[in-house]
Parts: sequence; structure tokens; C-alpha cells
Amino acid sequence: MPTPSLRTENLTIRFGGHVAVDHVTCAFQPGELTVIVGPNGAGKTTWFNLVSGQLKPSEGKVFKGEHDITGQSPSARAKAGIGRAFQLTNLFPKLSVLENVRLVVQARRGVGPRALSRAAALTDIRDEAMGYLESARLADVADYPAAALPHGDQRKLEVAMLIAMQPDIFMFDEPTAGMSVDEAPVILDLIAAIKKDMAKTILLVEHKMDVVRALADRIIVLHNGELVADGKPDEVMALPIVREIYLGVGAEDEE
Amino acid sequence: MSVSSIPATPARRIPVGRMAVYAIVFGIGLCLAFAPFLFKDVRAAEVAARICIFIVLVASYDLLIGYTGIVSFAHTMFFGLGAYGAAIALKAWGPGWDAILIGGGAGVLAALVLAVLIGLLSLRVKAIFFAMVTLAAASVMLVLASQLSDITGGEDGFTYQAPRLFSPAFKLFEDADGKVLRLFEVPLNGKVAAYYFVFLSSFVLFLVMMRIVASPMGTVLQAIRENEMRAEAIGYKVVAYRTAIFCIAAVIAALIGVVRAVWLKYTGPEVALSFHIMIDILLMVVIGGMGTIIGAVIGVVVMSLAQFYLKDLMQVAADATSGFPLLPDLLNPDRWLLWLGVLFILLVYFFPAGIAGTLMKKGSVR
Ligand SMILES: Nc1ncnc2c1ncn2[C@@H]1O[C@H](COP(=O)(O)OP(=O)(O)O)[C@@H](O)[C@H]1O
Ligand SMILES: [Mg+2]
Repeated sequence: MPTPSLRTENLTIRFGGHVAVDHVTCAFQPGELTVIVGPNGAGKTTWFNLVSGQLKPSEGKVFKGEHDITGQSPSARAKAGIGRAFQLTNLFPKLSVLENVRLVVQARRGVGPRALSRAAALTDIRDEAMGYLESARLADVADYPAAALPHGDQRKLEVAMLIAMQPDIFMFDEPTAGMSVDEAPVILDLIAAIKKDMAKTILLVEHKMDVVRALADRIIVLHNGELVADGKPDEVMALPIVREIYLGVGAEDEE
Repeated sequence: MSVSSIPATPARRIPVGRMAVYAIVFGIGLCLAFAPFLFKDVRAAEVAARICIFIVLVASYDLLIGYTGIVSFAHTMFFGLGAYGAAIALKAWGPGWDAILIGGGAGVLAALVLAVLIGLLSLRVKAIFFAMVTLAAASVMLVLASQLSDITGGEDGFTYQAPRLFSPAFKLFEDADGKVLRLFEVPLNGKVAAYYFVFLSSFVLFLVMMRIVASPMGTVLQAIRENEMRAEAIGYKVVAYRTAIFCIAAVIAALIGVVRAVWLKYTGPEVALSFHIMIDILLMVVIGGMGTIIGAVIGVVVMSLAQFYLKDLMQVAADATSGFPLLPDLLNPDRWLLWLGVLFILLVYFFPAGIAGTLMKKGSVR
């Protein structure tokens, strides 16, 4: 086996007595898209927060490649190539759509000696940001404040910001939640395009069965904070425990 | 597809509000630039110089509270460090540029060191704790200034002389008879030089701040204010940025403190350190509009004119209404603070985002 691009080892977090993520050990390879499923409250978002650094584990470790990054800040992990989009839209609401993405590009590329020039004059950063907006079909609303966008466009912006990070590890947390049927394909196409790059590792929390079937190379199942199943989509979906806990909440498909 | 879901607004409306704000600020800038020739009495010169200084002080505070969302009560402390640094050196070594440079430089350096310490030690904690730490630091500084009265003159403060260039007797230009040259009747003496020292220092510092907020860092600061967690998640070290802007604001406040000390030739807690000044700064930044920088210009002018001239205005109004019942009593100049309060409440009511902030929203796409 090559070195996994991402690995968690006994990753655990307790909130008071409640164990939200319970000794989760798993590894991910470049070129692999893993869908993470599990009912609401299973600990998917919390596990993401532990990987991208918003939460510190009570126990266990996170490795990026060979490096133990458990002690690193979220900004250091972002710089190291771990990128994250959020389940609850998490934008800079009063800044324009373009500025939201420009900030991401600026964080990744740095401005070096141009720190004192006008932000508006950094056309290379602006143009790159516009490119991401175009691929997310947001170019027309680039000048609107992010808060003025309808929900579906905010979700697209959330994803555009993650893509603008150009990470090695992409973490999508229910990217199409609450989107209309005709809007979701924009996001799924973007994810499919990333998947073509065999150097990237993609983690995707998603409930919609058609999406899972179309994209997943592998599925892992979280339940009450524990990793209860891990394998090829067909195998995992056939497991009795999965049918019970996951298909039992199939009502969420209509969200 | 995405546009159809946005309320039908033309892509860009004419930003009339923004243009109005720029026009007002430009007008104020012109008045300040030519103040010695436009307003000839002594009090007007004092008001104009104070306005210049406070614009810088308030704008630098806006970098913190408006741009980055940092609440600090230590801003006058940094202002005072600059002022006392220059003042103590001017007193000890006599009126020379070396005293201003070294004493003021020491004050600015002290401000920077304190800002780094406060920033690194406490910008990680919750905003309320940070505010408390700054409050404590500012209180300690105030006590120190009154206790070390041998050096600081205690509560009374102390006077000293400014360089000869700034003394009223100094002639900038002489005519053929050796008398001071006049321009539009105004003698070009050291008083004019002193005013332009204040004006140009303020102008340069203000431009520096305008550039900071327009720079790539300026956007990051706004991002931190808007959503600190996301700013960190896309790769910005939030604590480093917050510490940096806290230090920049402290240094600017200290620099303009030096200017204040040179202009006034007097430094004491009341003009350089007290919490009254902190409250004035807060009121001015709110009236002008937080997170706009140029709002500082409007906020300072409105508040300063009210503070200096409301009494006069009320005297006039009281005299004019002397025939009526009650009115002259209400308009008695002794009640000026009451009316200042009313003015403040009205301004906040009609301009919830401050004068500049509220106007700039009018007619813009935002
Ligand atoms: N900051 C927190 N404090 C306390 N409990 C939390 C916190 N974050 C998450 N939890 C709990 O952890 C569990 C897992 O939540 P979450 O990770 O959001 O689930 P999922 O994303 O799988 O729906 C839930 O029971 C939730 O209430
Ligand atoms: Mg979740």
C-alpha cells in the first residue's frame, strides 16, 4: 500500500459524557472518492471538524501523508492542503461574492511584496477567482454581497471557495443540501471534474442515493460516532446494519 | 439561471450616497487644508487642529473596531504614550527636533511593545476579555501618569516649548522691511507652520490608513470581522492579523499623540490619556460610521463642531427666543450637554450605520 494521503487513528472527541466521534481509524488514498454516510448526529461533521482542525480531539491523531498534524491550527492545515466546505453555509456575508473567492486565492498564493498595493490592482488573483466563479456559474452575481444570494447560490459559492483552495484533500459536507433538483448538478459536475485528477483525495458527506452511486469509489458508514462499515459501494449498501441505519433515514433524500 | 433568483435590481445603480460622502469629505479636507486662511480667530485654529488630530485617532480606532471587530479601550493609552514621550523630552532637553524625534520615538516604541504584548497575550481570548485587558492596561497607565508626577506633572500635566519654527514670533517669510509676510492678511508666522505640521502629519497618516484598508490585508481584516472561523479555515492566521492591526493602530495613535503634544505645548491626562477622550473616540466612530475610515472625518467634524460651538449657538437661540416662555430656559447654554445627547440619539436613530456608513448604502448595489 502507498502512504495514504489522509489518515485518522483512534480519533475521538467527547462533549461532556457524549462521545460524538468514537475511535475512528481509517485511511484515504489519492484518486479515491469516499462518501461518508450515516444518520443525522452520527458524527460526520464533527469528524470533519477534527480533520480540518476546527476541533481538537480528546484522543487519537490525524495524519496528512506522513505528517502528524493533530496539533496544527486550521490555517496551517489549510496551507498544508486540507480543504473544507461547510454544511452550514459559512461565508463572509457582507463581502462580495468575488471577494469571498478572492480571499481564498490570496490566502493560497500569498501577495508577497505586493502587500502594500491596492487589492483591486492584483488582477492575477482577481482573474483566477473569477475563473472559479464562472465554473460555479456565479460570475453574474460576482459583485453582490454573499448574504444577498439565494440559498442555492450560497451553496455553490461554498463549493467554489473550496475549489479555489486547490487542496490535496477535498472535504464536502452535504454540498447539495437544500438545493433544488436543477441546481444540484452544477455542484456534482464540479466534484466529478475534481475526481478526474488522480492526485486528489475527495471526502463527501452525502445522502442522495443517485449521487452516491454515481460518484463513490468507496463508502464509509458512521453511526453514533463509530465507524461501522467501510468498503465498496455495493458491498456496503448491502450490509444489514447499513440498510437498517442508513436506508431507515431515506426520508432525507427529499430534503 | 443564478441571476433570475436575485430580486430584480439593475446590475449597478449609481452610487449617489457614496459620491455624496466623498464630496462632503473632500469639502472638509479643503476647509482643513486652508483653515488658517479661511478661519482667522485663534479658537478656530484650535478647533481645526484638534479635528485633524482626532480624524487620525478615530480612523485608527476604526481599523480595530470597524474593520477587524476588535474592541479596545486602550487607544488613548497609545495616544498618550506618544504625547508624553515627546512632551517629557521637550521639557527635559528644551525645544528641539531631537527631543521630538527621540522622545516621540521612544513613546511610539513603547506603544508598539505594549501593543505586541497585549495582542499576543490576549487576542486569542474572547472579545470581552480582550476589552477588559485593554481597560485594565489603560487604567494602570492613567494611575502611573498621575503618580509619577515628578516626570509627568501628575493630574495637572505640564507645559513646555515647541521648536522655534512653531512659535508665533517666528517669521516664515519676510518682506523687504523685515516684517513677516502676509498672505490674504494672514501673517505667515510660526503658528501657521505649526498648523501645517499638524495638517500634513494627519493627512499623511490618514492616507496610510486608506491604503491599509484598500490593501490585500484590508480585505482579510474585514473577513476576520465577518467570519473569523472561515478566515482561519481558508488559511489566514487570525491571531497574527489581529495582532498586526492592533500594533499598526497603536503606532498611528502614538504618532498623532506626538503631533498633539507638539501643537498644544501642554500635555496632561485630560488632553492625552483620559477616558473622556476614549468616549469621544467611540462616539465619533459611531456617528461617522464604523468600518468606513472616511466616516471618521465626518464623525469628528460633527462632534467637534457640536462640542465647541453648540454653546454659542444655544446662546444665540436663547437670546432670540427670550420673549417666549420656557424656550430660553431650555436653550440655556448650560444645558448644552443635554442637547448634545439629543443630537447623538437623533444621529444614531437616523443613521444607524453612522453618517458615512448609512449614506454610502444609498443607491449602491449593496
Ligand atoms: N460543539 C458541540 N458540543 C456538544 N455536542 C456537539 C458539538 N458538536 C456536535 N455535537 C454533537 O455530536 C453529535 C454529532 O454531530 P454531527 O457531527 O453534527 O453529526 P452529523 O454531521 O453526522 O449529522 C451530535 O449528537 C451533536 O449534538
Ligand atoms: Mg453534519
